[in-house]
Amino acid sequence: MSRREKTVVPPAEFTSYYGRPVVKAAPWEHDIPAYLFLGGLAAGSSLLAAGADATGRPVLRRTGRLAALAGLALSMLALVRDLGRPERFHHMLRVAKPTSPMSVGTWILTAYGPFAGLAAAGELRGLLPRRLRDGLAGRLLGVAAGPAGVVAAAVAPAVASYTAVLLTNTSTPTWHAAHRHLPFVFVGSAAAASGGLGMVAAPVGEAGPARRLAVAGAALELAVERRMEQAMGLPAEPLHEGHAGALMRASTALTVAGGLGAALLGGRSRAAAVVSGAALMAGSACLRFGVFEAGQESARDPKYTVVPQRERISRGEAARSTGGRTPVGR
Amino acid sequence: MSGSWYGPVDPAPDAGWQAPPPRVGFFTDTSICIGCKACEVACKEWNAVPDDGFEMLGSSYDNSGALGASTWRHVMFIEQSPSSDVLSRTADSALSAGRAAPGTDSTAVDLGMPSTTLPGEAPGGERTDFRWLMASNVCKHCTHAGCLDVCPTGALFRTEFGTVVVQDDICNGCGYCVAGCPFGVIDRRIGQKGETKNAGIAQKCTLCYDRLKDDLVPACAKACPTTSIQFGELDELRERAQARVEQLHERGVTSARLYGEDEGDGVGGAGAFFLLLDEPEVYGLPPDPVVTTRDLPTMWWRAGAAAALMLAGAVSAFVGRRP
Repeated sequence: MSRREKTVVPPAEFTSYYGRPVVKAAPWEHDIPAYLFLGGLAAGSSLLAAGADATGRPVLRRTGRLAALAGLALSMLALVRDLGRPERFHHMLRVAKPTSPMSVGTWILTAYGPFAGLAAAGELRGLLPRRLRDGLAGRLLGVAAGPAGVVAAAVAPAVASYTAVLLTNTSTPTWHAAHRHLPFVFVGSAAAASGGLGMVAAPVGEAGPARRLAVAGAALELAVERRMEQAMGLPAEPLHEGHAGALMRASTALTVAGGLGAALLGGRSRAAAVVSGAALMAGSACLRFGVFEAGQESARDPKYTVVPQRERISRGEAARSTGGRTPVGR
Repeated sequence: MSGSWYGPVDPAPDAGWQAPPPRVGFFTDTSICIGCKACEVACKEWNAVPDDGFEMLGSSYDNSGALGASTWRHVMFIEQSPSSDVLSRTADSALSAGRAAPGTDSTAVDLGMPSTTLPGEAPGGERTDFRWLMASNVCKHCTHAGCLDVCPTGALFRTEFGTVVVQDDICNGCGYCVAGCPFGVIDRRIGQKGETKNAGIAQKCTLCYDRLKDDLVPACAKACPTTSIQFGELDELRERAQARVEQLHERGVTSARLYGEDEGDGVGGAGAFFLLLDEPEVYGLPPDPVVTTRDLPTMWWRAGAAAALMLAGAVSAFVGRRP
């Protein structure tokens, strides 16, 4: 039996049920894009801190370790706050499921958190009273901070990239359509933000690696984001419209300006480094909020669900899995 | 945890059940739905589902809007004229011709209100193209359920009957399943803890898991007065549905088609499938749903590559340069 006798014209218009959404938007507030930004910032900061520790850059190291802890703590707060039942947050630890990016992320953060925390605690050791600092625990902390920082840095890239899968592994059209490219956009954004923070906090002489990471991250983010939009088709549209579009345009402007500033002036002027670094951080935040809101908008408008699926059917590329029976009655 | 991520499988054994009972589901034949909403009411009553608002939505007789946390059966009403918009055409002719005498206006719309004669049989009356589609929507209990796959707590699970159910005492309301479902079925219940039952927790049709365990028919199917909602073993329902669609085709209802019965589709086939009289999107259903998990291996590989790139970038930012 043929799949469908009548020809289906690619729809200039589409039908819906009273214009109501087909899929539901995630019931997530701004905690989630804030987490996407803070998690990326923490991850990149752990990488910079470990490198700074190995190459003798104390200010960059301290900044990175403390930023990682602060970013992580605020991330946790945002994630728990966004739950419908925050007091049950620990139910995430009941299972480990590779089909659930949120479960995978829980375990990535569980592996990352203690080591990032230990590395940051090493920085705070100097604030302890002399008796505690020079006691056994204090001395152990001093010894453990370095290796803990290395472990945190090894897990950090996963912290930065899994959040892309968290969004794309949904039925939200704009997020799902970005699934091949968004991990690269997000690690670029994380590198730009954390490099930017390093430029803001560390003196120019120490901040060389932060500048290089920031510029490379900004370039990766800008390049892959453009390619991503070309590959997405219709679901790319919400990235250009309304509030999400404004955020994405702001992100591009801030990232281009911050990246150029970091590359051309960041090594000469401290003031330029601070301004460029701040612009890169703001650009990263705008990107996360922009991608988040574009996805939510794409879920609210049935067009982004129905039209791409209709086009797939009319191209004869409707989803098929092997071994299925012949469809009946179509 | 589900064994396979995509493709046609028997979901209960695939999820690890040893010698489970046969898979059950719903066949909702919308061609004989009369829009009485007994299913909505029976579902609410049996499952003690709280109200879903008392709004007048202006969408025919549908004032419950969509499936959601507190709407587990949803009866849809679609007013249709295949050629053009009958209602506006009627309004136009009424404006240009003045008020026509009752029964003499051949463009009058028969809304199907109860009468003692068949539509169009009244003297001077003529049958128009207008039709009313009615359909009772429900959770599809997919073979590969996006909601279940993405659930990070294990609150959503596969029952021995092959259905998908939320454990109210486990769900922490993360909301991931809401975006995971390709049909927009499951939602997080809004309300204050202590005031609204299961507030903040993801909720949807359980296919009356409690009733199934006692060999009872789910409440909606039990209450349906026209057998539009049929409950049974899925294999048997699929045969029955195929016979029904062939019967309708023979009678000239060429628009009849099955939706969700094909285990080769993007969700591995639905446990609750439908006979529709128009394209799925007319009923607010996605025409080609795919479980997001199909693409997850690609996503994990790409995320791994991106993470490796970030690590390499960070290392190279430090290599070979001393302060």
